[in-house]
Amino acid sequence: MAAKPLLQVEVVETYYGNIRALGGVDVAVNEGEIVALIGANGAGKSTLMMTIFGNPRARAGTITFAGTDITHMPTHEIARLRIAQSPEGRRIFPRMTVLENLQMGASLDNLQYFDEDVEKVFTLFPRLKERMSQRGGTLSGGEQQMLSIGRALMARPKLLLLDEPSLGLAPLIVRQIFDAIRQLNKTEGLTVFLVEQNAFGALKLADRGYVMVNGRVTMSGSGRDLLADPEVRAAYLEGGRH
Amino acid sequence: MERTISRNSGESSLFAAAIRESLFAGLISLGLFIMLVGLKTDQNIRNELVIEQRWGLLASLVALTMVGRFLYVLFVRPALERRKLQKARVAPKAAEKSYLARNWTKFAVLFLFIYPVLMVLMFGLQGSLKWVDNFGIQVLIYVMLAWGLNIVVGLAGLLDLGYVAFYAVGAYSYALLGTQFGWSFWILLPAAGLMAAFWGVILGFPVLRLRGDYLAIVTLAFGEIIRLVIINWREVTNGAAGVSGIPKVTFFGLFDFNISSPYYIAKVFDIAQSGVYYKIFLYYLILLLALLTAFVTIRLRRLPVGRAWEALREDEIACRSLGINTTNTKLTAFAIGAMFGGFAGAFFAARQGFVSPESFVFLESAIIVAIVVLGGMGSLTGIAIAALVTIGGTEILREMQFLKVIFGPDFTPELYRMLLFGIAMVIVMVWKPRGFVSSREPTAFLHERKAVSSAFTKEGHG
Amino acid sequence: MTTGTDMNKPILEVEHLSMKFGGLVAIGDLSFQAKRGEITALIGPNGAGKTTVFNCITGFYKPTEGMIRLNGRNGNEFLLERMPDFRITAKAKVARTFQNIRLFSGMTLLENLLVAQHNKLMRASGFTLLGLFGIGGYHSASAQSIELAKFWLEKADLIDRADDPAGDLPYGAQRRLEIARAMCTEPDLLCLDEPAAGLNPKESLALNTLLNDIKDNSGTSILLIEHDMSVVMQISDHVVVLEYGRKISDGNPETVRADPKVIAAYLGVDDEEVETVLTEVGDEQVIHELDAEPDPEHGPSASSSLMAGPISDTIGHSNGHGELVRVTPGASKAEQVEKQAAKAAAAPSAAPAMKKAPSPKPAAKSATAKAAPAAKPAAPARQPKAASVKAAAKPSDEPKKLSNTLSAPRGGVPDQLTQIKGIGPVNQRKLNEHGIFHFDQIAAWKKADVAAAEAYLAFDGRIAREDWVGQAKTLAKAAAKAAKSGGRK
Ligand SMILES: Nc1ncnc2c1ncn2[C@@H]1O[C@H](COP(=O)(O)OP(=O)(O)OP(=O)(O)O)[C@@H](O)[C@H]1O
Ligand SMILES: Nc1ncnc2c1ncn2[C@@H]1O[C@H](COP(=O)(O)OP(=O)(O)OP(=O)(O)O)[C@@H](O)[C@H]1O
Ligand SMILES: [Mg+2]
Ligand SMILES: [Mg+2]
Repeated sequence: MAAKPLLQVEVVETYYGNIRALGGVDVAVNEGEIVALIGANGAGKSTLMMTIFGNPRARAGTITFAGTDITHMPTHEIARLRIAQSPEGRRIFPRMTVLENLQMGASLDNLQYFDEDVEKVFTLFPRLKERMSQRGGTLSGGEQQMLSIGRALMARPKLLLLDEPSLGLAPLIVRQIFDAIRQLNKTEGLTVFLVEQNAFGALKLADRGYVMVNGRVTMSGSGRDLLADPEVRAAYLEGGRH
Repeated sequence: MERTISRNSGESSLFAAAIRESLFAGLISLGLFIMLVGLKTDQNIRNELVIEQRWGLLASLVALTMVGRFLYVLFVRPALERRKLQKARVAPKAAEKSYLARNWTKFAVLFLFIYPVLMVLMFGLQGSLKWVDNFGIQVLIYVMLAWGLNIVVGLAGLLDLGYVAFYAVGAYSYALLGTQFGWSFWILLPAAGLMAAFWGVILGFPVLRLRGDYLAIVTLAFGEIIRLVIINWREVTNGAAGVSGIPKVTFFGLFDFNISSPYYIAKVFDIAQSGVYYKIFLYYLILLLALLTAFVTIRLRRLPVGRAWEALREDEIACRSLGINTTNTKLTAFAIGAMFGGFAGAFFAARQGFVSPESFVFLESAIIVAIVVLGGMGSLTGIAIAALVTIGGTEILREMQFLKVIFGPDFTPELYRMLLFGIAMVIVMVWKPRGFVSSREPTAFLHERKAVSSAFTKEGHG
Repeated sequence: MTTGTDMNKPILEVEHLSMKFGGLVAIGDLSFQAKRGEITALIGPNGAGKTTVFNCITGFYKPTEGMIRLNGRNGNEFLLERMPDFRITAKAKVARTFQNIRLFSGMTLLENLLVAQHNKLMRASGFTLLGLFGIGGYHSASAQSIELAKFWLEKADLIDRADDPAGDLPYGAQRRLEIARAMCTEPDLLCLDEPAAGLNPKESLALNTLLNDIKDNSGTSILLIEHDMSVVMQISDHVVVLEYGRKISDGNPETVRADPKVIAAYLGVDDEEVETVLTEVGDEQVIHELDAEPDPEHGPSASSSLMAGPISDTIGHSNGHGELVRVTPGASKAEQVEKQAAKAAAAPSAAPAMKKAPSPKPAAKSATAKAAPAAKPAAPARQPKAASVKAAAKPSDEPKKLSNTLSAPRGGVPDQLTQIKGIGPVNQRKLNEHGIFHFDQIAAWKKADVAAAEAYLAFDGRIAREDWVGQAKTLAKAAAKAAKSGGRK
């Protein structure tokens, strides 16, 4: 870990109006890692994801990506650095077809790979291929989720931010997505930073994990350690789903 | 340590940035003004077109822009940012509002009631005419219209670009029935409101299924249709010539404002004759009508219909899933909004004594919508301020004779009214993108009434 | 509950419901019932048509065919497919929540709940006229409605935030608020579309309590769409499973959970928890290949879903099960299971275990009904073909094919197999049961062994993907070293 992390978030503070949503968050994601962020409802996980993209802006602290300070960079320029996000609430383009949505996700400097990438997404989500020319807005919830993840993948990102990728997906598909993330991480060295409510699955998948409480990171460690930690177990794992 | 270092380097780079940005601004203003200001076309004595060159003026304008931008980037912007940060840092203590701030609507209403008296005291009976009529009444008419439209646009979120049609319906209802049958204003006022409400429903039906841009276009068309009908249905409306001789309002038949009438106010009270009485009376009439609009709006917001309007603006599908008949809800919004437009129209006819289609062009609709947007959708206070600023501002610009001192004797402020109006509008929208009062007052609360920030409210989709 | 004439009548009867969008049949001839006072769950893969069923019930879509009857509390009967949406809520008392939350985000929580009581308050305010002048009972009705709102805010644990805008709430709280809002319409039937999405396990436990409370104390029956099995299996009385708009299973949670068709189409096999279930049913394609010409060289597929097969965009209708969409020849997993079951019945030797045949392995963990299914349809798409071919072809109690098993750990002490990433305690136990105790054993696995192990563990290419063998080699080396140095000392 001598090398600098791919993404480094240092003492970042984010506000909504006068309400502080993030109070000095430090997170680092190394190249080639899968890092999970877990935390209760309203802890500020999605806020962190969005802050990395500069919307809302961090009012204090710095965010660096691959050596570039992106704290004050406009969002579209951040995206050009090949960070892709599947945001909370999916945010697909409702009036565009599935294929057009994927086109929107593709980055302009990689257009020669477009067909290949689309094929890859369709392989991952055969359901999307079946619904290729349907408008995004009329897709089922889970299909929209697949589309959101697929669109993010189209950018050939160096860093993939996933906000609750398993939301609204059938158990079978959830496992498939986790497998696919692991696969992409392994074969293509994709770096992934993901937020999950399914803490068990996420920590199992991740190399490292962070726990966020009330806008602060309170714990971090390897996925396995966090899984074994009694506090984490009590707060996020107990109570059903494994 | 690190902080201070970065601050220092930040300062010098800030200076550089300020220089850079001011150069940019200078370039842009040069590009903009070179034709607008630098060159001026004129006629010489022989009626030939000549081009006058005003490089000095141009240079001073550009320099002004550059200096302004430079100071802004170097001082104002960092200060603003620091303040923002500080405000966020310090836990927002609910500062105890001063007595004035808490009761300021009451003071404002009180002021409106004594305004004519003040004017008379300050400018004398004849001198006050301008301030009561051209200024006071004019502003209040627009306040009332905007408050009426606010029900449709601000609360229900249905963008109506043809609101002036209802104004016209109200005005013509009074003008025609009043001149033809000599009915009293007090009978015709509700009649005009009902007529307008009826037309509101008529408009509402076909556009119920439309949203957003489509709704806006169709309502715009509706406004034009009404105007064209008025122009072309000459037998009834007297076409473009308009209707004149519209009877004045009487004080509930107790006395009136016709010099020839035996009940002329000056005769009844045995005071000096003056046209001001009628204007002052009209002022109070429109003030009461406007306050009625405000009162009804406030009441309605706390009733289920009002809440349903706002819910409709937020999410129509969720409304339907809660058993709300969205058709009826939209129609009532159109009808009630139109009704107040009708009232205002009747008042307008009575005040002018003359109506013609000229008064009901699309520009009027646009101005009313602009006031609603500028004020902050849904906020009565904001809209009143916006009406004051836009209508009052353009009226006051007529008074700006002193500007001649600055811009030379051939400067006519009236000509620049609309330009300044436009600039002011842009500035306000940049400064307050959601209007003067962007937060929303909740209609019910359990523990404490907290204003809802504009970040959450939606504008509706039509 | 009230005196209702026929309390035994199901609250909701859906009969032969079909919904088409252009060429796509989103629901094909669906019939099911929801009993009064019960929680009925509607589950199925993404895009199976669950939300579409809700939209038909609540009048947002007009079904192409079929009937939806709601038997109200007082014996009133409503044919929902004929009613406009808002009347379904107002008259037939059906309330719903949305998969993509739809709150009035600019209104406070309290206002959200008051809007839900619109019709009641409208009447109380004399359709606005009386209320405008403050006449009539509006004042007391308004106070009552605030009480009701408070009641549900407390139930949903949101009372502290009553005066905040709904858009300010975190996601999970918004979900609860939506339920509270729906309950404020005082519904007979509450339709919840994925209420637990975005909740962590703890929060979904709290949701379970809330839903059970609603069921027990408000006389409201619940229809529930959910992908979180910890919610579905724990609180629902009855589960209906859809796939491609067609009902593939229907029954109590235990039977549904054990239904091989459901496992194949939807659940998959929980890799660590579920008892070892062997493959009965593979991918249809695999079986085809098997029928034609066995392909021994077929290794594990690289990508998880590559085996979904070539996809043609054609949408056809098969008459066998009414109308259903078949996008791909092998798209419907449930159908494959059915076919396979038929085959199994024809050739008894091939399938000893369609019914509750004892699992080949002694059930190590209780795990309610998980032990029952003897079919291994686990994500057939991800099945390493070799393994599934093997498993599908051979009787399932025979394939003990691991080459290097031991009857007991050497020296009585097994290695900590969990050190290998991907092996959890459950898998370690299973491996132990199969005679695998040491790293070097795993390190020595060949392709066939891997395939066999995957069949046991109900895995599907994971061993290769996670490189268990490689990991085991490293660990074995380290262990050997440690042993040596330990020996020297
Ligand atoms: N647009 C917004 N304006 C104001 N406050 C907000 C906004 N979005 C979120 N918040 C508040 O910021 C806090 C953090 O929210 P955030 O959405 O980041 O949480 P989260 O950890 O992603 O939760 P969840 O698990 O529910 O998605 C919450 O208290 C929330 O109410
Ligand atoms: N308005 C529409 N036009 C065309 N196709 C539609 C429409 N609505 C839904 N569909 C399609 O019908 C199918 C069923 O959708 P539905 O939303 O009912 O799925 P679902 O079972 O709720 O899935 P999920 O679990 O992902 O939410 C999907 O494939 C979807 O793309
Ligand atoms: Mg979130
Ligand atoms: Mg759905």
